[in-house]
Amino acid sequence: MKTVIPIGPFHPLQEEPELFSLTLDGETVTDVDVRLGYNHRGIEKIAETKTWDQDTFLIERICGICSTSHPIAYCNAVEDCAGIEIPERAKYIRSIVGELERLHSHLLWLGLAGHFIGYNTLFMWGWKWREPILDLFEQITGNRNHYAMIKIGGARRDIKNEDIPSIRKCLSGLVPPLEMITKAALDDPVLHARLKGVGILKKEDAIKYCAVGPTARASGVAIDVRKDEPHAAYGMVKWNVITQEAGDVFAKAVVRLLECFESVKIVQQCVDGLEKTKGAEFCKEVENIPPGEGIGHYEAPRGETFHYVRSDGANRPVRHKIRAPTYVNLPSFKASCIGQTISDVAITLASIDPCYCCTERVAVIDPKTRAKKHITGEELVRLSQEKTRKIRDGLLKGSI
Amino acid sequence: MNLKTWGLKKSIWVFHVSSGACNNCDIEVLDCLTPRFDIERFGMVLVGSVRHADVLLCCGSITKQAAPRIKRLYEQAAKPCFVVAIGGCACSGCIFKDSYNFAGPYDKIIPVHAYIPGCPPKPEAILAGAVKLLSTLK
Ligand code: SF4
Repeated sequence: MKTVIPIGPFHPLQEEPELFSLTLDGETVTDVDVRLGYNHRGIEKIAETKTWDQDTFLIERICGICSTSHPIAYCNAVEDCAGIEIPERAKYIRSIVGELERLHSHLLWLGLAGHFIGYNTLFMWGWKWREPILDLFEQITGNRNHYAMIKIGGARRDIKNEDIPSIRKCLSGLVPPLEMITKAALDDPVLHARLKGVGILKKEDAIKYCAVGPTARASGVAIDVRKDEPHAAYGMVKWNVITQEAGDVFAKAVVRLLECFESVKIVQQCVDGLEKTKGAEFCKEVENIPPGEGIGHYEAPRGETFHYVRSDGANRPVRHKIRAPTYVNLPSFKASCIGQTISDVAITLASIDPCYCCTERVAVIDPKTRAKKHITGEELVRLSQEKTRKIRDGLLKGSI
Repeated sequence: MNLKTWGLKKSIWVFHVSSGACNNCDIEVLDCLTPRFDIERFGMVLVGSVRHADVLLCCGSITKQAAPRIKRLYEQAAKPCFVVAIGGCACSGCIFKDSYNFAGPYDKIIPVHAYIPGCPPKPEAILAGAVKLLSTLK
């Protein structure tokens, strides 16, 4: 018996509204379909009506979590178009803000993933240790989110020397809890049983569907814009690309957790760079943007974000095209969700860290009887949490 | 104050609505639930269904596709139901007000009882707004 389950478009725990239709055979998913557009705000069009500099503020508001990634990619594109080389200090500032953002984004994902499988301790931990990073942001940029630090030609504000000790303190304070979470999560037999082998995206599929970011890296594809096309300070510091071979949800969690440590390393080295370039220029004066085209990438926490701008020499872009990582990763659900059971779907969908908005209402439609059965969004999360509980109980029984 | 309002004041159940937001406001709303801010000490609990909600926490500008759904959501909520518009987008449209896909800020679509401006408002501001709303209940 085939059933179709629409998930979405609104859900209390997620960000952007999207609609997934799952076709089920019994408990097994046989097809997925995605419908987008609930959150379409026409940003590309608005960008054409604002000046180059105003656009950085608009671009920031594409996504609240990647609110530095998009402006960096946009500024890279404009600088590519105008042939501007940014000062060294600005490179360090960009990398620091970008990596701190990655840290808080990964912790946020970890928390949400924990919630989806009924491990609310992880949710509270992840979000608790995200707070010091946001405090640091407030101190160095003036806002908890939407930092407005990136400007065409460099950085909008300098990071003051007085702030450097607090950056170092925040980072060293972050490492022990990160280690604790990593150990707690990676050694937990329940998480192993619950997440291993779930939602596998094979390496060939990851390449075929052009997955990016941690989604691809967890499947063994070492793709990272920061390494492949170094910009900002990424070419000047030492760090590693984290990959895992398994491609399941567990591997994606491991990649994100280990990436946090790499980010800490990058920020530490960039802070050294800031000390070296003390008092140097941090932003170039940009008079006008010559006619032409430019492209810019940045490795956002979710994967590569890509911006294209075209200029006709006026004070605003004639065309601005944005490609966000989730959009590229969504089709990979075709490979990772099919064959899964319905209780694994919530975490598989969440595993690419989509800006996706899942279940506010789920309707199960039985094509034979035409009867409609409505389940709330909580139901799906509950199904997922129940499975975790069953596994935990099973493990407990086994060990006694 | 009658018994019903008294009871309502002690235990407000909130439902989180997000339309065309950049999801920063949404994250800050969720932040209120986490250990640092802990909105539950005011008796507020986030619920998963709008039918259980006393207060709708609304974020984001409303897109044309979302507008009819938001309206339906409000109609489904049991009354009295208070609507709090959180963030510049929900209050006025913020930077998206000139978009071709903009259907209006929240007060154009459904009645709004409290506005919390900011882009995004800090969790402290959201808490203060919620507490102020509580103090207006008589
Ligand atoms: S008010 Fe600002 S932070 Fe909130 S949704 Fe709108 S753009 Fe995002």
